[in-house]
Amino acid sequence: MYVAVKGGDAAIENSQTLLAEERRGDKRVPELTLDQIKNQLSLSVDRVMAEGSLYDRDLAALAIKQARGDIVEAIFLLRAYRTTLPRFGNTVPVDTGKMQIRRRISATFKDLPGGQILGPSFDYTHRLLDFSLAKNSNAPLAKEASEDVLAEMPRVTELLNDEGLIEKEIDDNEQEPFDVTRNSLKFPASREARLQNLARGDEGFLLALAYSTQRGWGKTHPFAGEIRMGEVGVEIIPEELGFPIEVGEITVTECQMVNQFKGSATIPAQFTRGYGLTFGHNERKAMSMGILDRSLRSKELGEAVNAPAQDEEFVLSHSCNVEASGFVQHLKLPHYVDFQSELVTVRALRKASAFSEKNEDSTDSKNVEAAE
Amino acid sequence: MKAISGERKRTSRLKEKTLDGYNFAYLDDQTKRMIRRATLKAVAIPGYQVPFGSREMPLPFGWGTGGIQVTASIIGIDDTLKVIDQGADDTTNAVNIRRFFAKTAGVETTENTSDASIIQTRHRIPEVKLKSDQIIVYQVPIPEPLRWIEPREEETRKMHALTEYGVMHVGLYENIAHFGKVTTSYDYPVQVNDHYVMSPSPIPKFDNPKMDKMPALQLFGAGREKRIYAVPPYTKVKSLDFDDHPFEIESWSECCALCGSSSSFLDEVITDDKGSRMFVCSDSNFCADRRAKGHKGPGLPRKFEIKDVE
Repeated sequence: MYVAVKGGDAAIENSQTLLAEERRGDKRVPELTLDQIKNQLSLSVDRVMAEGSLYDRDLAALAIKQARGDIVEAIFLLRAYRTTLPRFGNTVPVDTGKMQIRRRISATFKDLPGGQILGPSFDYTHRLLDFSLAKNSNAPLAKEASEDVLAEMPRVTELLNDEGLIEKEIDDNEQEPFDVTRNSLKFPASREARLQNLARGDEGFLLALAYSTQRGWGKTHPFAGEIRMGEVGVEIIPEELGFPIEVGEITVTECQMVNQFKGSATIPAQFTRGYGLTFGHNERKAMSMGILDRSLRSKELGEAVNAPAQDEEFVLSHSCNVEASGFVQHLKLPHYVDFQSELVTVRALRKASAFSEKNEDSTDSKNVEAAE
Repeated sequence: MKAISGERKRTSRLKEKTLDGYNFAYLDDQTKRMIRRATLKAVAIPGYQVPFGSREMPLPFGWGTGGIQVTASIIGIDDTLKVIDQGADDTTNAVNIRRFFAKTAGVETTENTSDASIIQTRHRIPEVKLKSDQIIVYQVPIPEPLRWIEPREEETRKMHALTEYGVMHVGLYENIAHFGKVTTSYDYPVQVNDHYVMSPSPIPKFDNPKMDKMPALQLFGAGREKRIYAVPPYTKVKSLDFDDHPFEIESWSECCALCGSSSSFLDEVITDDKGSRMFVCSDSNFCADRRAKGHKGPGLPRKFEIKDVE
């Protein structure tokens, strides 16, 4: 019987073989290809890239396949792989003003320069299960628009800026930005550290916290000034050239939240911002991030801080699902040494306590102990 | 950390044994350098938690990533590695971490405590006294001993800076007032070199005295919390207590059922559904070694026979 607690190589290997078998499933069903995942589960791929902090659709698709569709596990795989990648340099900040827009909406103005562009969205679908998809469907081809989209779509926040109605956002950071993937987070955290942390944070966690502050745990209930999604160029400046060259293109979703601010002794009333940006197409995440970015500024703006979504240590320390998933599940590891210490202590305490004296002669005192 | 025994042997072994497409011991050299710098700082300031840029490892956070990163950054091709979890070499997590280093670094591994140059551990210190040419690397889940009193990092860092540890003694006092004794049984806080209060990691308090003036270098890695700390060799490590309530460790009325040891930390093993139990050494190597030398315990309770577990 004591032999059974011995783990060892063979057990681990057998478990992993069984896992591989279950991953493949019924062999009469054709195996998933990475192309299929990339194309038909593209939003899963987007989420894995965003929280995995690595923009690579092929690797994200591979991670999803290897993780049997478990998105958090796929994110973990991508993060662990990311550790081994060399860093060649920094890109020039991407300019979302020059985004090739696929979707752009504003909730603060009915119409605005550049127009409202719905693009591909679940928003106005009726959530009716489409049984025709259960068979192989022939997806319709969308019609091309009659007008071109503006090459440089103006930002809603800039329109407000003209009147001084919204706080300006100026890059006054002379130093290299803090990098959460290379440094341990410090508190109070800088804005860039906060945004990086939120950008790779768990979507569900961000969503729940953003929701909580909308409901009154804190009071960030902003307007969606603008949400845009599309492709932006990624540029680097090679030292030997001295000017930027485009090395690739990524899809991003950007969200500008506009929040009321009553003003203070030194600042007149104006709107404040909350910013969200994610890899790929993910509005739920970008909007949650925008709300949280703003609600975490409560202290800076002199607002009362009394809800979890306003507490930067609480939010930023618990946003990473790779950390959270690992630590919660580490409880599966053996703890019998610690538990033995606790057993010794609890027995000693019970021996000393009145409860135990009362039951001293009881024949089933041993069973009581075992049941606790 | 052993002397390098010839460049040719090293390179050929590197090529032969490590995982294709990955660096020696997984981490790239820049990362290793960063971790070594943090480690050196930790050794220079005993018990101080040095923040470091912890990486995602291919094992989950909470499963030893801090210890793994520390080990990966100090291990060389000529090292011999021992990995234990709960004192045992054969628990699944210990096996898994040992496999990881065998795969990515191609180093020799051992179960024999005295043969190891690096011992990575979770929750125990081996029973055999460690030597000055050994390094013990602890896996740490929560490096902050003040965390249960003050959850905010901003606050606890100030408390350490000011050696403001009164709350720790208040906590112990309240414990004694309620229960007549200190009920903390593992992760029992220590003060290092008369300065920093430090978490010894969740080792049973039974092991705390082994940390005091240990000849081996003690390194602590907390991957998820991104902290490294250290106790240099022969450094004073004192478990917090009071003059009239001195620190005390667990003891058992039984001895090990397999090797008869009455001086080691014993795990309780339930042997049937009638409440029968036996006690065995948690340090599997210590126990096996004693049995090899002919020591014998009383065996399983009542009608049960000992099977040789080797």
